Amino acid sequence: MSKTAIKLNVNGKTEELLVEPRELLIYVLREKLNLTGPHVGCETSHCGACTVEIDGKSVKSCTMFAVQADGAQITTVEGLSTPDNLHVLQRMFREHHGLQCGYCTPGMITRAHRLLQENPNPTEADVRFGIAGNLCRCTGYQNIVKSILAAAAEINAAQEAAE
Amino acid sequence: MIPAAFEYHRPSEIGAALDLLQTHGDEARVLAGGHSLIPMMKLRMAAIEHLIDLRDIADLRGIHIDGTRIRIGAMVTQAELITHEGLASAAPILREAALQIADPQVRYMGTVGGNVANGDPGNDMPGLMQALGAEFDLAGPSGTRTVAARDFYEAAYMTAREDDEILTAIRFDATTGGFAYEKQKRKIGDYATAAAAVLITRDGDSVATASVAMTNLADTPIWSQAAADALTGTTCDAHAIRAATDAALADIDPTEDNRGPVEFKRHVAGIIISRAIARAWSRA
Repeated sequence: MSKTAIKLNVNGKTEELLVEPRELLIYVLREKLNLTGPHVGCETSHCGACTVEIDGKSVKSCTMFAVQADGAQITTVEGLSTPDNLHVLQRMFREHHGLQCGYCTPGMITRAHRLLQENPNPTEADVRFGIAGNLCRCTGYQNIVKSILAAAAEINAAQEAAE
Repeated sequence: MIPAAFEYHRPSEIGAALDLLQTHGDEARVLAGGHSLIPMMKLRMAAIEHLIDLRDIADLRGIHIDGTRIRIGAMVTQAELITHEGLASAAPILREAALQIADPQVRYMGTVGGNVANGDPGNDMPGLMQALGAEFDLAGPSGTRTVAARDFYEAAYMTAREDDEILTAIRFDATTGGFAYEKQKRKIGDYATAAAAVLITRDGDSVATASVAMTNLADTPIWSQAAADALTGTTCDAHAIRAATDAALADIDPTEDNRGPVEFKRHVAGIIISRAIARAWSRA
């Protein structure tokens, strides 16, 4: 089967690739672009470990072909920060013990990032509803929710201070 | 879980998509949000040689409200239904139902057209479309035709859409009065054990009109004329709700599956239908 040329913008960088149409985006990100932040969890569109942001939407990248993303802007957890300068969500997950085994964490943080863009002042219920597509098998939801709420508070406080 | 190889097409006009369907016949399928089709391809339960992605066809997008008439393009996502303020005031039951579908990530991708055209009894929009008395526009090689949602569903995954047709839009009237979409599911992301869509308009103290439909309680969505008749003209008291619920239950035919045996489903359906009627009336 012939390959298709696609162009993706991933974490601000243009990537030109040749892919088979049947290649799922998660594998192209992990195996061709070496972005191993998005994880393969259930591979059945349930767990959200593979969540990335595509054109302003949180998407399970195990349920999208890379060819569908041709021309798209993609952000993975690697695109949110650098190791020396963590994103506020990452700092809050560390501070509030929002990660246990860590497997769901990149998907949780990527999803939370979009959630806070759309709703900068979420209630606890909003956060729980907003991350309902991400499973934590350690069942660490309590601290994940706490971390996201703390990140929202810090972002808002920083914005108020700036104004 | 890697699907079998296929060729990918991404036309930007509906005519080109229809031509591809004509050329490739049974070997082709259209792709909307992909959250039903791609999992089936990964399980190799759907063998597709030519996948026709509809994402670049501008005519399939957009929510248009013209007075009391609403047209929703087939490629409008559940997330767009939820965030559209005009739709939330013209037909608020759409937002209420869409919020109960799957999870946030799936709602960003899943489309209303895919949901209604797929023919899966578990999909929520088909039941809702029964309640609304919606119409579906189907584009085919010899032009466009319109099919009533209440005539569209024939059996599980069997609809009035021909293989060479594409569902392009759904149309319905803005709603007035009370509404409710009630759904019982085992967990986030699950299909309904039972769900009901109810619309009620009020005239003084009594029910002027009612529409009652159900999801995943037969191999097609069910619209119950008898349930509507049992409510019309009543004060929607406990007796009327009981009569309407019994009438609705007489119209369903649930089957046993991993969501439970038939008796359990009928029990849950009764509760869900009664709640939906009571809530719709409280908002009427």
